[in-house]
Amino acid sequence: MTETISPPMLSARNLSKVYPVRGGDIQALDKVSLDVPEGSFVSIVGASGCGKSTLLRILAALEQPSAGQVFRDGRPLATPSREVGIVFQEHVLLPWLTVLENVMMPAELYKLPREESRARAQELLAMSGLSGFEDRRPGDLSGGMKQRAAICRALLPDPRVLLMDEPFGALDALTREELSLEMLRIWERDRKTALLITHDINEAVLLSDTVVVMSPRPGRILEIIRIDLPRPRGPDTELLPAFRELTHHIRGLIFAQRQRAAS
Amino acid sequence: MARFWRSEWARLVLPCISLATLLVGWQLLVQGMDIEEWILPAPTAVGSTALDWRTELFQHSWVTLYETVLGFLVAVAIALPVSVLVVYVPALHYTLYPVLLALQSVPKVAVAPLITLWVGFGIAPKVMVVFLVCFFPIVVNTVAGLRSTPTSMLHLMTSMQAGPWQVFRRVRLPVALPSIMVGCKVAITLAVIGAVIGEFVGSEEGLGYLILTSTAQSKTALAFAALAILTLISIVLYYLVELLEKLLIRW
Repeated sequence: MTETISPPMLSARNLSKVYPVRGGDIQALDKVSLDVPEGSFVSIVGASGCGKSTLLRILAALEQPSAGQVFRDGRPLATPSREVGIVFQEHVLLPWLTVLENVMMPAELYKLPREESRARAQELLAMSGLSGFEDRRPGDLSGGMKQRAAICRALLPDPRVLLMDEPFGALDALTREELSLEMLRIWERDRKTALLITHDINEAVLLSDTVVVMSPRPGRILEIIRIDLPRPRGPDTELLPAFRELTHHIRGLIFAQRQRAAS
Repeated sequence: MARFWRSEWARLVLPCISLATLLVGWQLLVQGMDIEEWILPAPTAVGSTALDWRTELFQHSWVTLYETVLGFLVAVAIALPVSVLVVYVPALHYTLYPVLLALQSVPKVAVAPLITLWVGFGIAPKVMVVFLVCFFPIVVNTVAGLRSTPTSMLHLMTSMQAGPWQVFRRVRLPVALPSIMVGCKVAITLAVIGAVIGEFVGSEEGLGYLILTSTAQSKTALAFAALAILTLISIVLYYLVELLEKLLIRW
């Protein structure tokens, strides 16, 4: 029997991005190539200013690369798609809509059947501990709850891949850990293809199958690291020597780069 | 004591007390110094004159109110689509908008005689002056509001393949709504002034006309009564717009 090799769900080839500014160009990305196989969890870590948010916007087709290409299922990607859900850095909930209306937004725009979407929205909100908050406005919610609602919104149309741009970056440390663990639990249940942009090394190692480490300005890939820690993972995973070796190694990569930049 | 200052009672009753004190002081001043009524009438004299002239006052108030509200509504009806065009059509943004900004600096009071010259007497020139004073604050604020959409919200909408109309209706317009209401609140306070100026320039009815003729005939108390009604109209219209704002913006 011959095994057909399917192309990765999402892949980037030699992506470069240059922003023209007065007095020269800023190179945000320099020949970045990476693959996100179906059903895997990939994280991109790097210090701020390494172009990781730019990379996510290009992968989401919200921005065009200066050079290189993005493929989804082996086909060039040109426009945003229903199959790609995005969670932004700030929750970006619309303050004039209720929580339920916000989560239902993709259903309206993609013209999905109303009743089914409503049931799914309520199910997602319940799973995120937001039952009873459906008719509240985002202003009434805490930071963590807002970000949970934003994740529900991204998941509503059941995308095949979820792109997350530092989704917990604006939260306090405790809420952030709580949400990471929640994300881990849900991901290990559904195994939905996911790409996470983060500057939190622990979070990246805990959640991911693959961690991509990037250098700052121009954003370049320093190393792609496979994380073979056993699943299911949990809070105890962080106690494993292998976990600490991995985080130590990644920290070393990033800080060596910083020192080079400083000298 | 701190709690007293934050209570409903302090918020509502104290302004009334200070207003009453002002009126009583005014009354005592006029009576104590024996000021003649044609120079400064006492509040009681203004009150009794208002009562004597109530039919005329009502008619003239109605005219001024009508001019004010009509001019304001026409301004809203034209300013909103013009703002949308300025924001969405780049050609207009660079051609029409600078002209509008330049016109905004023309003192509308000085233009009022010209408008009467062009449009003639009757209600039209007054509505036109009201329109002019209202139009620019609404346009300027609406344009600023429509331009202030956060990029993150635009990215969100694009990522969900929203069309331009959906982006406008679901994001740009709600984001702009508070600014639009600020423009309307500025406009409505100017609207009453615009109507009175229109009437000053040339008219046979309205509170502005009444003030002009009554002062000319030394019926100062009647002028004060008209002035009090103008103030009342101004305040009531402002609060109506604010009420509308509260109904529209509930987040």
